[in-house]
Amino acid sequence: MRHPQLNEHGELRHLLTIDGLPRDVITHILDTAASFLEVSDRAVKKVPLLRGKSVFNLFFENSTRTRTTFEIAATRLSADVVNLDVRTSSTSKGESLLDTIDNLAAMNADMFVVRHAQSGAPFMIAQHVGPGLHVINAGDGRHAHPTQGLLDMYTIRHFKKDLTNLRVAVVGDILHSRVARSDIQALTTLGVPEVRAIGPLTLLPPGLKEMGVQTYTDMREGLRGVDVIIMLRLQNERMRGALLPSAQEYFKHYGLTEDKLALAAPDAIVMHPGPMNRGVEIESAVADGRQSVILSQVTFGIAVRMAVMSILAGTR
Amino acid sequence: MNITIAGARLIDPASGLDRVEALHLAQGRIAAMGDAPQGFVAERRIEAAGLVVCPGLIDLSARLREPGFEYKATLESEMQAALAGGVTSLLCPPDTDPVLDEPGLVEMLKHRARSLDQAHLYPLGALTIGLRGEVLTEMAELAEAGCVGFSQANEAVADTQVLARAMQYARSFGYTVWIQPQDPHLSRGGVAHSGPVSGRLGLSGVPVTAETVALHTLFELVRTNGCRVHLCRISSARGVELLREARREGLPVTADVAVHHLHLTDVDIGFFDSNCRVVPPFRTQRDRDALCAALADGTIDAVCSDHTPVDDDAKLLPFGEAEPGVTGLELLLPLTLSWAQRQGVPLVKALSRLTVDAARIAGCEGGQLAVGAPADLCIFDPGQAWVVSPSSLRSQGHHTPFIHREVLGRVKYTLVSGRVVHE
Repeated sequence: MRHPQLNEHGELRHLLTIDGLPRDVITHILDTAASFLEVSDRAVKKVPLLRGKSVFNLFFENSTRTRTTFEIAATRLSADVVNLDVRTSSTSKGESLLDTIDNLAAMNADMFVVRHAQSGAPFMIAQHVGPGLHVINAGDGRHAHPTQGLLDMYTIRHFKKDLTNLRVAVVGDILHSRVARSDIQALTTLGVPEVRAIGPLTLLPPGLKEMGVQTYTDMREGLRGVDVIIMLRLQNERMRGALLPSAQEYFKHYGLTEDKLALAAPDAIVMHPGPMNRGVEIESAVADGRQSVILSQVTFGIAVRMAVMSILAGTR
Repeated sequence: MNITIAGARLIDPASGLDRVEALHLAQGRIAAMGDAPQGFVAERRIEAAGLVVCPGLIDLSARLREPGFEYKATLESEMQAALAGGVTSLLCPPDTDPVLDEPGLVEMLKHRARSLDQAHLYPLGALTIGLRGEVLTEMAELAEAGCVGFSQANEAVADTQVLARAMQYARSFGYTVWIQPQDPHLSRGGVAHSGPVSGRLGLSGVPVTAETVALHTLFELVRTNGCRVHLCRISSARGVELLREARREGLPVTADVAVHHLHLTDVDIGFFDSNCRVVPPFRTQRDRDALCAALADGTIDAVCSDHTPVDDDAKLLPFGEAEPGVTGLELLLPLTLSWAQRQGVPLVKALSRLTVDAARIAGCEGGQLAVGAPADLCIFDPGQAWVVSPSSLRSQGHHTPFIHREVLGRVKYTLVSGRVVHE
């Protein structure tokens, strides 16, 4: 069975997940992103690669920040961007997901950027749309957030150069995190020899071992000697489902503080996909500290999304 | 009508009969095997060389969707599907709308089925009102109306006291309680087997413990109250192990498995294929192999289709939102045959799991080829291959993970009470 994100020539037609994406495709995206990085520094921040193309942002679940970064990326490629808050329009009137997609496709969209609360929804859309259309997964349920995974790899590569001798720790609510899944898959594909997941057992999903990850319930032990720390956002509703007792206890054991950070390699970098809960998963001194690369992630995110869009647009 | 079926291989799992011989039918029953009785004149002769004649299949779980879900399927469409699949008796779970918790509804359903005059329909009554697990139904009244057992369909009785009392009450009248063992708390929100696949796909999981915890509770209750329990849709290797121990101990428990669970695992979900959204979920290869072996050695008594027609609007959705269930009446025989072939199970034994073993659980007539038995028959070509497609299915539900697959074994004739109702 062909992966739904590849065309019959094995080229990337949609970006749905990092899972199963070949290493050279990931590297190509990162290299392309590097070439776009300087566009953002120009006085005229535009290249004409997507001129005349229409990019539809379909956010079935709201997220101002991610939608904005896609919008900026598309605009810098000279595409026309249509933002649809699908939550408040058609689907709430009872229209089915595929009916919504058919209607928007009939408006001659070239690219859909999709965020959906259900794992797998972008796959369904990608398998449904006609040949000229590209789908980018901007986050589906707990499943995947491939552009975040790629921009995290870009960030790590930027600061660490060689990924094949790194220890990387992903900390927090991995069970519910699409970012964690995409990061882990990208890290293992790119040959990072040691990927660790740190969290209480209630927030670690089954199958981490099969994904090539070592798990730690003791954050201090898990952070020892790591080169990269990826912190995850903890959502407040996790306190309700009997997964955690309180934000205070969580912070005490799994919040990143300066003294815990000191256990990592001296030049370790600290990452976070945002938005941060200061005082819950990360202390401000660390978030704003010299080892934090959180704002670089945001900058690189634009270039990586430009790279993905331009590569997809060049595929039949 | 007097009918003679000539040249077929007759298989009766109940008696172990397996030989080529003529079969003569009169007045809706089997009149003779081999030579025709004296003075017998056949009004119709079915030439069946190369075909197998076995008792009509008995499906322990088929949702016909009436009343309440006629937009998904109707008695007309699903009875056609049953007959096309060689199924002459079917048990339907009570999860209709309204739920089968009142004698009037059961009578109406029985009446509808009788007026169609096709496969025999045996309803399972609800164990609790509205399947809510709170108040017992009028079981004796429902039994009088035609219910052959009492079930919670896919709903659990969360309150163990209610469950214990429902079992005690059923036991007072000698009724069987049908339970799909799944702890409602451990399975809450789950849409796929809890394991590496659900972890990778970001789907919330139903752990094996949801099944085993429920089984432990049920077995402990059976031990104290002696109620006969039929376990519906066992799904895990660990569940099979517990069942085996319970049977060794002599507890009055029986069990079935859905035919698709003999073939598929969670890996088949692939890229979120909602045709693989079923309850209980597909588990691992180890679980599937244990189910296959348990059905072969009799730890699991019978195999059923768990037929559940689902309309497009409810199925063409992201995996977690899609309604669980697949169409299966017409695939029950071919998928059981391919299990038998893979498992090295003789045809007689495989058919036993679809006929006499199921009849014993359901407590219904039929399930055997014997002089004087009802002439409910399935006549099939075991070697004919066909491709599963929406157009090759009679059921109104077209969603099955076996779509576009080639299967072996095609029903050529189905007879109910001596009448040819499908050919």
